[in-house]
Amino acid sequence: MDGIHDLGGVNGFGTVEVERDTPVFHRAWEPIGYAMAFIGIRQRLFTTDEVRHAIERIEPRRYMAATYYERFVVGVASLFVEKGVITQAELEDAAGGGFPLSTPPGEGAPARDDPVHFEIGETVLVGNTHFKGHTRMPKYVRGKRGVVVHIAPPFPFASAAGHGIEAKLEPTYHVRFDAKHLWSDAAENSTVVVDLWESYLEKVET
Amino acid sequence: MSDHTPPAPIADRARALETVLKKKQLVPERHTADFTHTAEEEWSAKNGAMVVAKAWKSPEYRSRLLDNGTSACAELGFEGPQGEYIVALEDTPSLHNLIVCTLCSCTAWPVLGLPPDWYKSFEYRARVVRESRTVLHEMGLDIPEDVEIRVSDTTAETRYMVLPCQPEGTEGWSEAALAALITQDVLIGVALPKTE
Repeated sequence: MDGIHDLGGVNGFGTVEVERDTPVFHRAWEPIGYAMAFIGIRQRLFTTDEVRHAIERIEPRRYMAATYYERFVVGVASLFVEKGVITQAELEDAAGGGFPLSTPPGEGAPARDDPVHFEIGETVLVGNTHFKGHTRMPKYVRGKRGVVVHIAPPFPFASAAGHGIEAKLEPTYHVRFDAKHLWSDAAENSTVVVDLWESYLEKVET
Repeated sequence: MSDHTPPAPIADRARALETVLKKKQLVPERHTADFTHTAEEEWSAKNGAMVVAKAWKSPEYRSRLLDNGTSACAELGFEGPQGEYIVALEDTPSLHNLIVCTLCSCTAWPVLGLPPDWYKSFEYRARVVRESRTVLHEMGLDIPEDVEIRVSDTTAETRYMVLPCQPEGTEGWSEAALAALITQDVLIGVALPKTE
């Protein structure tokens, strides 16, 4: 999905506020989202990719207004409700107020049936593909050309794993792009490397 | 209630999630406390600092680290969730590496620790891929224009750590003294090791 979370290259944000030597967690409730996510993942109620998608599906105004760990709590709670383990009413009763959940999941996409291999040094094309559901192909590389610099071992295809459907194991390719090819006003002498599942990539016609 | 009901404070919502799951017998005893301890004490940039220091001291270890980051980190006992496939990005005099996760917050937990707040900020996620030099300048790091800045966006399952160039004048230092130069910011690539 072209969601609010897909932030790479979006304009309008100010300086990065750096506070150094801050604690890992600032408040006692902050670890709860992660801790509960581990329970769901270990019990195979949902996948890590489904957790990511559940967070992406938070209504955009709420996504932008929430803190990082708040988004995690909302995403994980939404999954436990969607999987039928608990209900929103139980959550709201225990919270003593509203407990808004993520918007419903989109539609998963299976990996390509036939593998297409790429070599290190090969110029590849990122598909001009739009996904209704989870994807780990940031929109800033859609339809762009880059060069493979590294091949990582197979992992479950995120666009399927993000929906709990059968996720084929596919290698991911570290693809280097000239930043100026992605944005005409990008930093001088800079490149961006994006880690992309094989099904996101296509051969360049020669 | 509906989605139009004002949300309860987030601390109450977080505790409600844990309480409701506990009622379903899904939460082991001390689960959140144990997770918190692991995240605060075991996953740490101090681990990544030891990896870098060892790579600076030992050419053989450096070569193993660049060849297979996951097993080189595991040699020192650093492995676990979000460390399933670790790649060390080697800086050179003409290349400066930098890490981001534009889509969420992915980081190599066993060697970097959980990421700092600024790494998860919309500002860093949106801007660093497009205007890396400006963002680094604002964060106090100026990279010469003839040095390529390479930003690795953590969009799949690879988890990165930066292997910076060893500062001049630190040859012969102990591993512990070298490790003390490596901060979480250095491992992410928004700072360089400082000897003063």
